[in-house]
Amino acid sequence: MAKEYEVIIIGGGPAGLSAGIYTSRARLSSLLIERGVVGGQIADAELVENYPGFAQGISGTELGQLMQQQAARYGLETITAEAIGFELKGEKKVVKTTKGDFSARAVIIASGSERSKLGVPREEELTGKGVSYCATCDGPFFKEKPVAVVGGGDVAITEALHLVKFASKVILIHRRDRLRATRILEERAQAEPKIEFLWNSVVEKIEGEDVVKRLSLRQVKTGEKSTLDVAGAFVAVGFKPNTDYLKGVLPLDDAGYIITNEKMETKVAGIFAAGDVRLNSAQQAITAAGDGATAAIFAEKFLSG
Amino acid sequence: MSKPIAVDDATFDQAVLKSETPVLVDFWAPWCRPCIMAAPVLEELAGEYAGRITFAKLDVDQNAKTAASYNIMAIPNLIIFKDGKPVSQIVGYKPKAELKKDLDAVLE
Repeated sequence: MAKEYEVIIIGGGPAGLSAGIYTSRARLSSLLIERGVVGGQIADAELVENYPGFAQGISGTELGQLMQQQAARYGLETITAEAIGFELKGEKKVVKTTKGDFSARAVIIASGSERSKLGVPREEELTGKGVSYCATCDGPFFKEKPVAVVGGGDVAITEALHLVKFASKVILIHRRDRLRATRILEERAQAEPKIEFLWNSVVEKIEGEDVVKRLSLRQVKTGEKSTLDVAGAFVAVGFKPNTDYLKGVLPLDDAGYIITNEKMETKVAGIFAAGDVRLNSAQQAITAAGDGATAAIFAEKFLSG
Repeated sequence: MSKPIAVDDATFDQAVLKSETPVLVDFWAPWCRPCIMAAPVLEELAGEYAGRITFAKLDVDQNAKTAASYNIMAIPNLIIFKDGKPVSQIVGYKPKAELKKDLDAVLE
């Protein structure tokens, strides 16, 4: 028998935790399901500099913990489990997890997204052998070695700026001729002598027997091929939403994102979505927090309506 | 409930390579968020597999020699050793259900 709540929140990043603060203060019995640590992707951020209220910046880990403490004060229950399935039983929504089933009339999906892979030969085999998706996790293994970062957005630049602390040099490989990153991050990267830019280039193959040795590159404008000797390749080419457990239950776009309206409502009454898991999310901690609050307010209206 | 034991460069040979039971070694570091995330899951598993698989953890910052000899370049990184040889490796944070599949495969 599934344990019942009034609201279930899937995901403990800024979206889910903000939703939890609101639903708990509304005195709705609320369960938050998180598969890893609270904070979600923000927990990997060394310093969050754009969350209002923290003038000097705050570590992502600490920000996540503060949000959870705030929600827990009002009674939000949190469990560590992974959502693996979802069922609709009349008005009830049943969330299947690695720690059993839970049901509620309202569910807020805030399961976020994770890093996309490049999809090139040897990437899978060499993951953890020089191919990485997290510079704050793996950066220290590349002391005094050359590394590449693939991508041109905020995540790629942040990774590159973190890696200069360890690596001998950081080569940023981007398929366009300019960055997509926030201007202040771009300025910092341009000013960093250890960062070199390789524009209009894509990685075609990662090479190395036991560990990464070099990358095969192609210049997209000229078609010219080249190789680059590196010990590490940090991939930051976008995200993939964590919505596999929702397939067949909720309409998703081709990439797997959830479509919502301005009330964070999905196509199914009583199911809301917030944060990076939504189509066209701005992918920021602050916008995710806003989404979470909005979803919680309309979930409360749904339950009392 | 048995908990993961801490091993280092000096004890690795005896505690891991010469162990009679298979040993899962969790290569980790204090600055690694996903490692800290994985720790409670590994503690649960250490209890569930007590007597069948020994759980150990090695701080890669303090024990660079052992980490380098197994080409550890990303953590969390779990290697299962059987009769002194690595037989299975799991890189990155994995939920408990997936870890159990890998552990069960080693025991078969």
